[in-house]
Amino acid sequence: MNIQATLPLVIFFILIFAAGLYAAKYVKSSETFLQEYFLGSRQLGGFVLAMTMIATYGSASSFLGGPGAAYHYGLAWVLLAMIQVVTGYFVLMVLGKKFAIMARKYNAVTITDFVRSRYNSHWVGILSAASIVLFLFSAMTAQWVGGARLIESVAGLSYTSSLFIFAASVLVYVVIGGFRAVAITDAIQGTVMLGGTILLLAAAIVAGGGIDNIMTELRNENPNILSPYGSDKNLTPLYLSSFWILVGVGVVGLPQVSVRAMSYKDAKAMHRAILIGTAVIGTIMLGMHLAGVFARVIVPGITVPDTVMPTLALSILPPWAAGIVLAAPMAAIMSTVDSLLLLVASAIIKDVYVGYISPNAHEKKIKAYSMTATALIGGAVFLLAINPPYLLIWLNLFSFGGLEAVFLWPIVLGLYWRKANKHGALSCMLTGMGSYMAFHFLWPEPFGMHTVVLPIVLSLVIFIAVSLFTQKAVR
Amino acid sequence: MKNMREQRGLDWRFKAAHREAWIGIGLAGFHFLWWYAFAYGLGNGPVEEYSYIMGFPAWFFFSCILGFAVMMILTAAAVKLFFQDIPFDEEGAGKR
Repeated sequence: MNIQATLPLVIFFILIFAAGLYAAKYVKSSETFLQEYFLGSRQLGGFVLAMTMIATYGSASSFLGGPGAAYHYGLAWVLLAMIQVVTGYFVLMVLGKKFAIMARKYNAVTITDFVRSRYNSHWVGILSAASIVLFLFSAMTAQWVGGARLIESVAGLSYTSSLFIFAASVLVYVVIGGFRAVAITDAIQGTVMLGGTILLLAAAIVAGGGIDNIMTELRNENPNILSPYGSDKNLTPLYLSSFWILVGVGVVGLPQVSVRAMSYKDAKAMHRAILIGTAVIGTIMLGMHLAGVFARVIVPGITVPDTVMPTLALSILPPWAAGIVLAAPMAAIMSTVDSLLLLVASAIIKDVYVGYISPNAHEKKIKAYSMTATALIGGAVFLLAINPPYLLIWLNLFSFGGLEAVFLWPIVLGLYWRKANKHGALSCMLTGMGSYMAFHFLWPEPFGMHTVVLPIVLSLVIFIAVSLFTQKAVR
Repeated sequence: MKNMREQRGLDWRFKAAHREAWIGIGLAGFHFLWWYAFAYGLGNGPVEEYSYIMGFPAWFFFSCILGFAVMMILTAAAVKLFFQDIPFDEEGAGKR
């Protein structure tokens, strides 16, 4: 679109690239390649841990889809978004030190390592690796499309060349730097997300003539925008509350988030991350979604939700500042994509190749294979994102809630319930994913709750029942 | 003998870890009640009768803005007061 708005994005890309080069030094000098490449040798400090968790979790939907929905529904959608504050402390507190200790004990590098060792079952491991590859691969493709669209709209390039720029910049630092590069760039990206949010919110308050004025104008347009029931009065308290499962406590079950809960250095890092994480995620969610609501007064009449935030930024800020704000969704997308890319690579190399095909492979060979696999997966996503096949779009529908339904209980009960066994875990994982898909097609949003709720409850019941029932047989 | 000591050594760490996990669940439970009670307790009436704090409808201010601040204070207090600095590595367990 214009050079001034593109410049901050270019600077941002250069910064990210430099961080990748820095992290690559550790990969080269590390004695234990797999631990370093896929988990940063469990050396994360508090700030980086908090940022990488938030940045991985916060994706295109927090910066584009979310503000777009807030634009339509009003303050009710901000109320929904604020549920996510809970993830800031809940994930780290509940997985907590038990997870950190057990992961070290099992020498686990991936979530699959953890569940396979805990349940002592290859089937649990295979199911875990398969769900990660299948669902996160499709989630990743969707995010790449989002990233390319954003470059397309800001820099005015064609979709394919935007996609190429996006792919190249993510691939380089993930391939050479591994988890440490992902975590460090996530810290930069998280900071950009936070800065962009504050800048945009402040500018929106000024452009709207102060909060009092904005609220008055919203009330005059449609009073329901100010109510917790949404502009159409169709957001029920039960429906909104059910998101406490999907984007609140259930986030514990997302492999890309929970794997980070085994990557920190010590208890102090975890304590700091809880405080920083809660503050940062709350500020981002509150600021971005409020800006979306305010945009309804400042730039009325937008019909495509994803364009609300970019339109707002470009119309109320000077181009260079709009560029900084637009680097925020870019950062959110990149920081999600890089983690997913590495996670899929770890599932293929660590879980499948080292786990089953060649357990005694030489370190050098694993290193070469890991980097090649990461690059190849990235290449495949690039090709698929040019024209995403229907199957991937379909799988992506289940990648968030479905993965929660698969992993939440096997991880949590595996940590805290001694009687949890492999039969319970296996049937729970199958029930979780199967029933999520079934509900999605046959009975979406049962009883007015989000579709994820019943599969999570059902998989818990099945897990407990099967574990108790098979207890004697296992012994 | 060594095994028993190890067992006990694990016990105190796990005890602390379990307590911290329960604190997390307790905080989330309180968080939900606060979020729900203010949003639907104060936001239930007709919009024309809303009162406003700092420009925002009172339900929104209490549930989302003050609620965020309160949760930050509670989380900080919980971590400072109850969270223990425990080692994660097994004694002598080498890296692979």
